[in-house]
Amino acid sequence: MSLLELRQVTKRYGRGADEVHALRSVDLSVEAGELVAVMGPSGSGKSTLLTIAGSLEVPDEGGVVLDGTDLAGLSRNERARIRRRSIGYVFQDYNLLAGLTAAENVSMPLELDGVAGRAARQAAVEALTSLGLQDKAGRFPDELSGGERQRVAIARAVVGDRRLLLADEPSGALDSANGEAVIRLIRNACRGDVAGIVVTHDAQLAAWADRIVFLRDGRLVDSTAPVAGPDSLLAPGGRP
Amino acid sequence: MSVRHAMLALLTEGPKYGLQLRQDFEARTGDVWPLNVGQVYTTLQRLERDGLVGSDGGDDGPQKRYAITGDGTDELTRWLRTPPDLSSPPRDELVIKVLVALRVAGIDEHEVIQVHRRYLIEVMQQWTKLKDGADDDIGFALVVDAELFRLDSVVRWLDSAEGRLRRRSTDADAEQRPEPTAARLPTRRAGIRR
Repeated sequence: MSLLELRQVTKRYGRGADEVHALRSVDLSVEAGELVAVMGPSGSGKSTLLTIAGSLEVPDEGGVVLDGTDLAGLSRNERARIRRRSIGYVFQDYNLLAGLTAAENVSMPLELDGVAGRAARQAAVEALTSLGLQDKAGRFPDELSGGERQRVAIARAVVGDRRLLLADEPSGALDSANGEAVIRLIRNACRGDVAGIVVTHDAQLAAWADRIVFLRDGRLVDSTAPVAGPDSLLAPGGRP
Repeated sequence: MSVRHAMLALLTEGPKYGLQLRQDFEARTGDVWPLNVGQVYTTLQRLERDGLVGSDGGDDGPQKRYAITGDGTDELTRWLRTPPDLSSPPRDELVIKVLVALRVAGIDEHEVIQVHRRYLIEVMQQWTKLKDGADDDIGFALVVDAELFRLDSVVRWLDSAEGRLRRRSTDADAEQRPEPTAARLPTRRAGIRR
């Protein structure tokens, strides 16, 4: 069974003549351990797909099943609980709280979910350490570089027992070296029983994913084949 | 890739035999550009003829050891600082296919663009997978990055082309626009590299 399933998801905004179909009958399954990239031009529905996958919005038609649970059958509070426990978000502009230290930003979702302060703090420091930020736990966001802030955001997204990692243009304002570092972290986080979706217009970033799906005007129009082995690139004669 | 200058560069580390040069070349380029032995010896003979390398040992072949000369060092230095020829656009098959797709009735140019975009990104996935598995090999990482940036630029061109075509069809819906004439297609053929 897939970790995440979007079934015939349709989402509309506006009414009458102003109505816009953001998503039209989208089917998408993401397996545990899989990282899927969503590519498409501006306005194609990429971010809407991500917010619906993460239960920040509900579809007008169709359904979302996360880890066997149909989100449509849940109350608002139950969905919020699943969001806190199972889903991590990484945004382009980091969305860190300026008044909290790196460790407090990371531990916050755990504390909101009822984990005791000391245990939450320890889990946060462990997550920061795994991303090379052990020396920055007490720093505030404005004392960190862009790459460090994004790593804090990733630590916050993966801390605890998260199953689904959702990233919207995660390397947006970063240079290519820091952008690659960020996608490597996301790639490595999506192993085992964790899955991820990354929305991006950047082909170099998307190429880290196991599968890339293409959105046009709210429809999924295409998908890459499973990644071929390296032999096809390094065959006699050299390059493809 | 200039095999000739790569050989000169490898010889700046000291005298080497032909087979050793071949191994070093392939290792430094992350095994992405395989060389055959004949290519190595032909290149070395020409370099020697031009006075850019010297050799000891007798006949051509595995017994002969090559060393870079003063002229060879000058040539290498000059080559490193000479920009490659970027002035005239290469005859790009993909650009031609998209241009042709616009002219053929019954062909959806957006679908043609997507087929190529998907293929390019699949190739990028393969390169990325190779890079992910070879973190310690700086030469290989640089080669793969160069390939990824090159492929990325083609994807960007496809994205831009698709956006331009969409705007064009939106405009055409608004006002009936005449078909593009042959005169509006690229005419700078004299500058196209063959």
